[in-house]
Amino acid sequence: MARAVMYNNIRRAKSFLASSALALPLMAMAAPGARAEGMPQLDFGNPYVIGQVIWGAGIFLVLYLLLSRSALPKVEKVLSLRRQTIETDLGIAHKAKTRADEAVADLHAARRKALADAQANVDKVVEEARLAAARQTEEMNARLAAEISDAETRIAQARTQALASVREISTNTAETLINQLSGIAAPADFVTAKVGSAAAARGL
Amino acid sequence: MAAGSSIDALGQFELHPVLGALGESLRFSQSPMMMIVAALLVLAFLYVGMRPAAVVPGRLQAAAEMCYDFIYNMAVDTIGVEGKAFFPFVFTLFFFILAGNYLGLLPFSFAFTSHIAVTLALALMVFCLSIIVSLKVQGAKFFAHFMPAGAPKALAPLLIPIEILSFLSRPVSLSIRLFANMVAGHVMFDMFAAFTIMLAGLGFFGDIIAVGPVVINIALMALELLVGALQAYVFAILTCIYLREAVAH
Repeated sequence: MARAVMYNNIRRAKSFLASSALALPLMAMAAPGARAEGMPQLDFGNPYVIGQVIWGAGIFLVLYLLLSRSALPKVEKVLSLRRQTIETDLGIAHKAKTRADEAVADLHAARRKALADAQANVDKVVEEARLAAARQTEEMNARLAAEISDAETRIAQARTQALASVREISTNTAETLINQLSGIAAPADFVTAKVGSAAAARGL
Repeated sequence: MAAGSSIDALGQFELHPVLGALGESLRFSQSPMMMIVAALLVLAFLYVGMRPAAVVPGRLQAAAEMCYDFIYNMAVDTIGVEGKAFFPFVFTLFFFILAGNYLGLLPFSFAFTSHIAVTLALALMVFCLSIIVSLKVQGAKFFAHFMPAGAPKALAPLLIPIEILSFLSRPVSLSIRLFANMVAGHVMFDMFAAFTIMLAGLGFFGDIIAVGPVVINIALMALELLVGALQAYVFAILTCIYLREAVAH
């Protein structure tokens, strides 16, 4: 079945090629009497040949006048209107752009100014805070110094008092020890003088 | 087109009167009729296209403006600032020829640019205009161009006739280029269309082979669309070049 179809296709192809090969000779055979009897365009005896030139001149002239006076100026008018519109719109766009640029510049300037003001305010507040802190520290230091001074004074007084008692205690202790060790009551002046000299020798 | 077993490829260029007796008396053939159609199409394209006059154009208006800009730039870039004055003329010339070339591609239509009388008239108009502008702008110095600057005077008897001949050949080359291109395209259309009809009469194999010329004609149509625009452009740009030489001091 498939072989039959193949043979059929080959036969068709052969007949097509054969017919194609015959095409040119057949074309030539089909027109054996192709002739050129002279060009009608060169028959200047024909009044229509010259007539078309005269008609053509008139038609061309009318066409030229209509185009140059009416049709082409219309196109030019539309084109110039478009050019003008585009130029006007471009001018407006340029102005709008300039205004926008100015607004942007103003915005930037305002932003910079606000930033500078804010920074100045921050610096001012920080400086004030710093000064307040310094003042507080000074006050605190002064208060502490005063308290320290008072405390030192009190300590000195306490020490003085304590040192003043040391002689009395030492005198009493020395009298008691003499009495306990020797059974003799030493004269109070003598003991006081000895304790006083001993204390002086030790810087008390 | 195909009469019996012969092909009359040039018969399509014959001029016949239209509008009956009035056309006969006025020598009004299908050629001027297609010129009027071409002119109306160009005008309609601009008037209808520019009717909205919108700042943001639609498709047709954008196409009309693009055509305007294309020719304007061609004129000003080639001729210079003086090109502004010649822009309407170049625009008219380009679109008249373009519309004529493209109208000729429609069935039952006629390409008036396939007539040497028409193309020669257009070329002579450009030629005469360039001479008038040259004489007006340059005066007698215009004739000095026929002697190339810096060339030895001894060669003048040889160079001047060559330059004059070269100058005079401008309208000839300008007109024949457009005419020959249009004629060649339409003759080829006719020949291959005739092949199709004739081959179709040869039976089964003929029917199959007749597809070939149809395919060729489709390709030719694409080619002719290119040629039609290209020839209009060449005519317009050469006009601009001649005018540039005319306005150059």
